[in-house]
Amino acid sequence: MSNAAVSINHLGFTYPGQSSSCFSNLSLTVQEGERFGLFGPNGAGKTTLMHCITGLLSYQQGSIKLLGYEIAQHKKSVNKLFGYVPQDFSFYQELSPAENLAFFGAWAGLQKNEIKNKTTELLEVLGLADVRNKRVEQFSGGMKRRVNLAIGVMHNPRVLFLDEPTVGVDVHTRHAIINYLIKLNEEGGTTLIYTSHQLAEAEELCNKVALIDDGKIIAHDTLQQLVADYKEEGLEGLFINLTGKSFRDS
Amino acid sequence: MMFKLRSTILKDIRILFRDRLGLIFMFIMPIILAIVITAVQNSTFEILNTNTVPTLLCNRDTGEAGKQMEIAINKVGMFNLKQVTPNISEKEIANRMHAKDAVVAIIIPSNFTQKLKHKSEETAKKALKNFGMSIDSQHVTDNDSVQPVTVFYHPVLQESFRRSIQGALKSSLQMVQNREVLKSLYFSLNETALPDSLENELINNQLAINEIPISRDGSRNIPNATQHNIPAWTIFAMFFVVISLGSSVVREKLNGSFVRLKTLPTNYLVALISKQLTYLLVTFIQALVIFSIGIWLFPLMGLPRLNIPTDIAGVIIVTLICGWCAVSYAIMIGVFAKTQEQANGIGAVSIVLMAAVGGLLVPSFAMPSSFQYILKASPLHWCLQSYYGLFLEGGKLRDVILNIIPLLGITLLIQLITLYGLKRKNLI
Repeated sequence: MSNAAVSINHLGFTYPGQSSSCFSNLSLTVQEGERFGLFGPNGAGKTTLMHCITGLLSYQQGSIKLLGYEIAQHKKSVNKLFGYVPQDFSFYQELSPAENLAFFGAWAGLQKNEIKNKTTELLEVLGLADVRNKRVEQFSGGMKRRVNLAIGVMHNPRVLFLDEPTVGVDVHTRHAIINYLIKLNEEGGTTLIYTSHQLAEAEELCNKVALIDDGKIIAHDTLQQLVADYKEEGLEGLFINLTGKSFRDS
Repeated sequence: MMFKLRSTILKDIRILFRDRLGLIFMFIMPIILAIVITAVQNSTFEILNTNTVPTLLCNRDTGEAGKQMEIAINKVGMFNLKQVTPNISEKEIANRMHAKDAVVAIIIPSNFTQKLKHKSEETAKKALKNFGMSIDSQHVTDNDSVQPVTVFYHPVLQESFRRSIQGALKSSLQMVQNREVLKSLYFSLNETALPDSLENELINNQLAINEIPISRDGSRNIPNATQHNIPAWTIFAMFFVVISLGSSVVREKLNGSFVRLKTLPTNYLVALISKQLTYLLVTFIQALVIFSIGIWLFPLMGLPRLNIPTDIAGVIIVTLICGWCAVSYAIMIGVFAKTQEQANGIGAVSIVLMAAVGGLLVPSFAMPSSFQYILKASPLHWCLQSYYGLFLEGGKLRDVILNIIPLLGITLLIQLITLYGLKRKNLI
């Protein structure tokens, strides 16, 4: 039996100053080794949930365990176990990819030699070796996405959180990123927890999905099982079936 | 831990040296400010001390006292006198002054000698009466008072400058008046005119004024515009790192780097320590550059040279403490500001305000009494007092310790506020 990578029990979270809660009594488990997709309309709470799991937000009720560690009690000590690839470009545009990796690698607890080796490997795999010393601010959106991803996986995390890692990139970059993530999961055993609005891409990547709407998990299973249960042809049909067709901009 | 700190310092230095605008704000702008303001103040200083003020002199008096008044004004040495005809009208004088022919015009009235003589005789008689010596005088008492010497000023002249001119003229007038009183007294007692030799001995034998700037080290260096301005603008430059550092902290928060750093197993305090060390080095380099300009470039530009205090260790320590305070303030602004524009705006305006309140723009002793308490809240005031203790008073570190203690207190308070801000924003 596999262990839980993330175990959320009865989570309650309200943003400071707001009256309505974002989550109340939310429970969810992601097993180690899964490629887990979390989907939902805009404002459903995907990013907020990711921020709660990664300790970026402090939740008020319930518990979140990451690889058995209670997040609220062991924030910094468990941080080396996971990697986070935020939706925004979270690095220093004034630095080169190599300089960014050197800095974030040190912060992730890697030693000088490990940083050197991992930087060479990642820049090669992600097609950035030729521009390793160029400033990132001169890069295209796709190249920046790859830098963003490289920093997140620099320290070989056991769990990798990816918040829309392919938004705004071309087909080639998307394929490169998705293929790299699958390789990371299959060869390294890294658990992937992924959100995106690219449902076709999600079908290619994820072996387990959950749909979240209005702060609640409304479906959670393998994609094949959910499609069969709801008699839909794919994730997009399932998504519309469960969340409706109206705009969710608020 | 040391490897993380070293990597963070390296990252901060790289970012700093790639921020050209920030570098301009931190180095070029204060250098220009120091040069321009020292040059301007030095020029004013020289006008008062070495240069002469273009002045129109209209002597409408034909007597001896008018001539004596002219000589006395000349002797002051601060006027470049241009004689104008006695019958020139006030309107013509005003026109010549508008045409920048002169910035001051002095008019000696037509019956100046006659009226001054009568007044002096009256004064002499009163004096003799007081001594119990009644002397018959055939002079008719003239009740008319002496018409004043009139001075026209160009409106560009500042109040302090006008006061200097007024003081010089009063001194000249006093000398002429004294001479006349003395002559009258002598004549009343001896019925002969005061001999020239005695007149010169009595009138021109003024005691000299010995001006000595106080100093702790016994040096007699006369403070000049450089000695005042270089420390002041060095402090200003140090605090202006807020433009680069405050923005850098905000940029880090906005571009998501903060989010990433928070998810890594390193405390954000490492980033704060790194920023403090990196920018402390920057402020130290700023001071070195500006002091070097004062020592080597200013004399080449015809400006007074900066004299470095004998207590070099004291200067270094004061510079480091001032720099630490400036860096702490910049980080605090960055932590609380929500946008780069906010950080730049609030940072720049607050530094100018603190500089004004702290005595960098106007001497603190010249401020209203209500400001005497407010200025103590400005860290720039304590920085300036510490530097002045070393640069102007020739003191040592122990002599400025009472200025350093409040400065350290303010710095620690700023650090605490910053930590509170980081904690409140869930950043540490």
